[in-house]
Amino acid sequence: MADPSANQATIAGTQAWIRRQGRWSPYEIAFWIAVFVPFFFFPTYLTLASQIAIAALFALSVDLILGYAGIITLGHAMFFGLGAYAAGLLTKTGWGEPLTGLLISGAFVALVGFVVSFVIVRVQHLALLMITLGLGLLTLELANAMSWLTGGTDGLQGVSVWPIFGTFDYDLWGYTAYSYTLAVLFVGLLIARRIVHSAFGLSLRGIRENLNRMPAIGAPYQRRLQVIYTISAGMAGVAGALLTQTTSQVALDVLSFQRSADVVVMLILGGTGRLYGGIIGAIIFMVARDQLAGINPQYWYFWIGILLMIVVLVMPKGILGFLAQLWERIRR
Amino acid sequence: MSTETYALRTENLRKRFGSLEVARDVSITLPRGARHALIGPNGAGKTSLVNLITGQLPPDSGRVLLEGQDITRLNRAARVKAGLARTFQINQLFPALTPIEAITLAVTERKGTAGQFWRSLASHGDAIDEAWGILAQLRLTEVATRPTRVLAYGQQRLLEIGLALATRPKVLLLDEPAAGVPKGESAELFSVIAALPDDISVLFIEHDMSLVFKFAARIIVLVSGGVLLEAEPDVIRTDQRVRDVYLGQAHHG
Ligand SMILES: Nc1ncnc2c1ncn2[C@@H]1O[C@H](COP(=O)(O)OP(=O)(O)OP(=O)(O)O)[C@@H](O)[C@H]1O
Ligand SMILES: [Mg+2]
Repeated sequence: MADPSANQATIAGTQAWIRRQGRWSPYEIAFWIAVFVPFFFFPTYLTLASQIAIAALFALSVDLILGYAGIITLGHAMFFGLGAYAAGLLTKTGWGEPLTGLLISGAFVALVGFVVSFVIVRVQHLALLMITLGLGLLTLELANAMSWLTGGTDGLQGVSVWPIFGTFDYDLWGYTAYSYTLAVLFVGLLIARRIVHSAFGLSLRGIRENLNRMPAIGAPYQRRLQVIYTISAGMAGVAGALLTQTTSQVALDVLSFQRSADVVVMLILGGTGRLYGGIIGAIIFMVARDQLAGINPQYWYFWIGILLMIVVLVMPKGILGFLAQLWERIRR
Repeated sequence: MSTETYALRTENLRKRFGSLEVARDVSITLPRGARHALIGPNGAGKTSLVNLITGQLPPDSGRVLLEGQDITRLNRAARVKAGLARTFQINQLFPALTPIEAITLAVTERKGTAGQFWRSLASHGDAIDEAWGILAQLRLTEVATRPTRVLAYGQQRLLEIGLALATRPKVLLLDEPAAGVPKGESAELFSVIAALPDDISVLFIEHDMSLVFKFAARIIVLVSGGVLLEAEPDVIRTDQRVRDVYLGQAHHG
């Protein structure tokens, strides 16, 4: 490859450089081809694969706020869980069409996210962690207390979702579930991609890089943060709704603190602020959980803990960040 | 547009931190097209005054007027929108962004297009062109696509000014633009400031008196939060009180 900085000291070269930042890389294309591998080689793992796609979408929603806007969170399961319950309760009202179900659940959760965002953008650092944590716990307890609506600890049973496009019913092997979750993940990624490569995405990176400078260039950064928080909440809600639709039930643990923590772990494993970090992290986390839980069902978190420490110590920018640095070094 | 002949005015600005008064009835006026210097010993309250004017600090009392408009109650971003920009004594940059990205960000914020998440950044060609123009003015085009954190310190100081220029200010407050820059380079940096168009009124803070006398048309001396004197360079040069202040602070030379 030619030196990419060769002809940038011209306006045209710089325009081209900016265009290049938003272009599909060969790795991305390879990745979206590779996601079809489970269909052919691991058909018995399709259910797991759809769980991974859901976790990946959830992690992507967290990357938008944490990786791009620098909003840390320990309570994003709140939105995942609300989406899961919204999708479940919607079928209880007699409407089981999955695609509109996703949209309605996502829109509802985005609305909740918008309301919450007024608090979120006013706090930072430790206070932000505590507020997101507190809101997450609050929602969990609320769902528990409102067992007449949510089924409490028994979970929401009898969720019946209609076939997708009225044709594809959920099969035991998970062909439909994986195709469906994969398609939604892809759409989610397209949206996230558009956002981060826009002027708005640049503004978010500005906020992450130096919040204090933003008002000095006239940026209404709180409004920017509210917008991305709302979008992120909606995306997390869609991920939760997908879980309901593909498993036909909602357990209380969709709102658990564990889920909020796990998604951050996935993102940090894969690398923040890279779109694919959460996806790679979700794959590693979920596959590790599946394999390790098979060996020793009680202690598999022990190994996740070890893995997390190794990654953070050896690859502070996550696995993708590490690979990117490695690639830079090889190329030079 | 107002008919006022001044660009910026403060009226009796006061601010104290506990027992420390950092602004004592500060009333200054910047005429249109000003090239004013704000000088004073360390801790005199120069940066605090900039913070009061730009809204980073709320004053205890007093007013700030921009071309006749009372902006005392506007927040920081709104003041920037009204035409008041500043730079920082200690770099406030975006380390992972490249200069072209950082300046384009500031340009799109000014144009009101920075909230558009449905359009690619590359499609904001006019904003990118404008950002390029600013980088060219600051002689930073060679490093336009390098991350800010790898730039030479002097280039970072220029970018600090570039971010302020991208807001198209009427009034520009420069807080020690050459702070930390080697002596040889600081004159070059000031020549960029001197080349700014006349419709930008400039107030700069600077400790190096040779630069102050060279580039300022008028000088405001601030001591312990109060204006000691405002005058032409020739008057300041020979004023006994100013000498006393600076002799008392021998390390300023
Ligand atoms: N937020 C704050 N709280 C308390 N004291 C402050 C605060 N900001 C500044 N000060 C104090 O106010 C005084 C004036 O500080 P300021 O930064 O305005 O001085 P300055 O004239 O810019 O000095 P220098 O030439 O060193 O930059 C200093 O004694 C400083 O310690
Ligand atoms: Mg200062």
